[in-house]
Amino acid sequence: MFATKWMTKTVEIGIVPILVLVALYLPFAYFVIPDANVLHLSLFGINLIGQIMCFALLALALDLVWGYAGILSLGHGIFFGIGGYLMGMHLLHAAYADTHVLPDFMQYMGASTFPAIWEVFARLDVTVLVTIGFAALVAGVFGFVTFRSRINGVYLSIITQALTYALMLLLFINDIGLGGNNGMTGFTRIVGFPLADVSTQIGLAVCSCLLLVLAYVGVRFLARSGFGRALIAVRDDEARMRFLGYRTHMLKMFAWCLSAALAALAGMLYVPQVGIVNPTIVSPQLSVEIAVWVAIGGRGTLIGAIVGAILINGLKFWLSSQLPSVWPFILAGVTVAITVYFGNGLWGTLKAAGHAGQGGVDA
Amino acid sequence: MQDKGASMRKITPDTAIYISGLSVNFSGFAAITNLSMEFHYGEIRAIIGPNGAGKTTLMDVITGKTKPTSGEVFLNKTTDLSLLDETAIARLGIGRKFQKPSVFEALLVRENLELAIRNGRGYGDMMRSRMSNQQHLRIDEVLETIGLENEGRRVAGTLSHGQKQWLEIGMLLVGDPHLILLDEPVAGMTDHETARTSELIAGLRSPERAIVVIEHDMDFVGEIADLVSVLHEGQLLGEGSMDKVRNDPRVIQVYLGR
Repeated sequence: MFATKWMTKTVEIGIVPILVLVALYLPFAYFVIPDANVLHLSLFGINLIGQIMCFALLALALDLVWGYAGILSLGHGIFFGIGGYLMGMHLLHAAYADTHVLPDFMQYMGASTFPAIWEVFARLDVTVLVTIGFAALVAGVFGFVTFRSRINGVYLSIITQALTYALMLLLFINDIGLGGNNGMTGFTRIVGFPLADVSTQIGLAVCSCLLLVLAYVGVRFLARSGFGRALIAVRDDEARMRFLGYRTHMLKMFAWCLSAALAALAGMLYVPQVGIVNPTIVSPQLSVEIAVWVAIGGRGTLIGAIVGAILINGLKFWLSSQLPSVWPFILAGVTVAITVYFGNGLWGTLKAAGHAGQGGVDA
Repeated sequence: MQDKGASMRKITPDTAIYISGLSVNFSGFAAITNLSMEFHYGEIRAIIGPNGAGKTTLMDVITGKTKPTSGEVFLNKTTDLSLLDETAIARLGIGRKFQKPSVFEALLVRENLELAIRNGRGYGDMMRSRMSNQQHLRIDEVLETIGLENEGRRVAGTLSHGQKQWLEIGMLLVGDPHLILLDEPVAGMTDHETARTSELIAGLRSPERAIVVIEHDMDFVGEIADLVSVLHEGQLLGEGSMDKVRNDPRVIQVYLGR
C-alpha cells in the first residue's frame, strides 16, 4: 500500500522532469543520434509526439473542469477549434506577406485583399493574446448563462455537444470566410521560420512539451490549493456550498474560462504541426474523445488525463496505420473494459489503492 | 413610555427572525399557509410536527432556497430575506444543517472547516491556500467543541454517522452565525451520540444567537428547547413549553397521540 502511494506521488511530481527530458531529447533524437539507432526519431515521429502533447494539454484542460468542478464538457473541441482557427488566420496572414497570393477561398469569394479584421492577426504575440481572450470570453458568456441558471450534469453536457455540432456546421459554410469545408491550409512560416523546415517542426514539438509541463504545474498548484478544494466541494454538493456563502457559479466560471484558454492554446500549437485547420477540429467526435481520454486515465487526477491522452492517441496512431478498420473496435473495447474494471480510470485506481491503507480502517 | 418599552423588552427578547403571513405554494399544493412566528436571540426553539407539516419548507424559505408565495420573512426586522439568494443569506450569518449529513466526504475534516470559515470570500487567499492565524485558532477551537480534535487529518467520508453530523454543526459554528437552523440533528444517532449532541447544542446557546431545531425525538426536544412550536399542514397549531404543548389536546390529536 505504502509503496503504491509513494509511487503515485513520485510519478505525479516526476512527470515534470520526464516531459522536460522528452523536450530536450527531441532535437537530439533527430540531429545527433544516427538513423540506424533505435533511439533515433524520424520527423514523422517527432511531429506525432508534438501533436500528442497538444492532445494531452487539451485533456488536462478538460480534467480541470470535469475532474474538479464536475462539469462534463463534451464541447472542449470548441475552444481547441477557436485556438486552431485563429492560429490558422495568423498563419495565412503571414503566408500572404510571403507569397502575395490570397488564399484560394478568398479569391473564390471575389476578395482582392484580406478583410480588415484579419489585420488583428498580423503578429503572433497579439494573436496569442486575442485567442486567449476570445476563448475566455466565449467560455465566460456560456458559463454566465448556464451556471447562473443552474444547468448541471447531463443537460450541460448535451448543450456543449450541441454547440460543438452547431459550430462545425457554421464553419462548413463558405460565406463566413474561413475556408468552408476545406478549411485553411498553405501555411508557410511562423515568426519567420519556414514551417517546412525540420528544425521548425522540432521546435513546435518542443514547445508543445514545455507548454504541457507549465500548464500541468500551474493546474496542479491550483487544484491542490484552497481554491481546488472549493471546486471539489462544488462538484460533490453545489447546493451545500451556496449555503456556506459561496457564489458557486463564480468558482465554476473561473475554472471553466481557464480551461477554455488552455484548450485554445493547445489548438494554437496543434495547427502549425498538422499544417491545416478545417471544421473537423470541432467535430462532436473529437470532443467526446477528449472525455474518453480523461475517463480512461482517471478524472480528477490531472496526471491521469495526460497519461490517458498519450496512451490512447499513441495507440490510435500506431494501430490506425497498421489496422485502420479495427481501431474503432479497439478504442470501444478499451473504453468499456476500463470503465467496467477500473471505475476510476487507470491512474485513479492506482491512487485509490495507495490510499486504501490510510483511511477506512475505522469507519 | 420609556418604562413600558424597557419592560416589553424583558418580556420579548430581540427578534432574530420575524415571519408574518407567510404562504408557500408548490404549483397548487399549499406547503405553508398564512404562518406568523418569531424566533428570538438567546433561545433554542424546536419545531415539531408530522411529516408534510412544512417544517423543512420553512427552513428553505429562511435560507433562500424557496421563495415565499406571499408574506414576509425578515432578519432583525430590517433585512428582507425573500429578496436574497442562498449565498447572500449565508453571508448574513444564517447557518443551516441539513437532514442528511452533508459534509464534503472527499476532503479532510479540517478542510471542511476551512471551506466553511472562508465563507466564499477571498479568492486570492483561496488560491494561495492562505488563512489568518485567527482562522486557524478558531478551527482548532471548533474541532475541540465538536469532539473531533484528533480527527482533523481524517478524510471526512470515513467518519461515523454521528461524527459527520457533529462536523456539519462545526461547519456552521466556525462562522459564528447569528441564526443556526438544524434539521433533525439526532436522526439515526445512538443514545450516547444523541446525549452528546444535546450537550453540544446546549453549548451553542448565546445571547447573540438564535437556534432553531426541527426534530422528531420528543425526549431530545424536551431536553434542549426553551419553546416548542407545533406545525400542522402548514399552519401553526400551538406554541409554548414542551409540557404545555404535550398537554394541548389539538396537538395530541394530530401528532403526539398517534
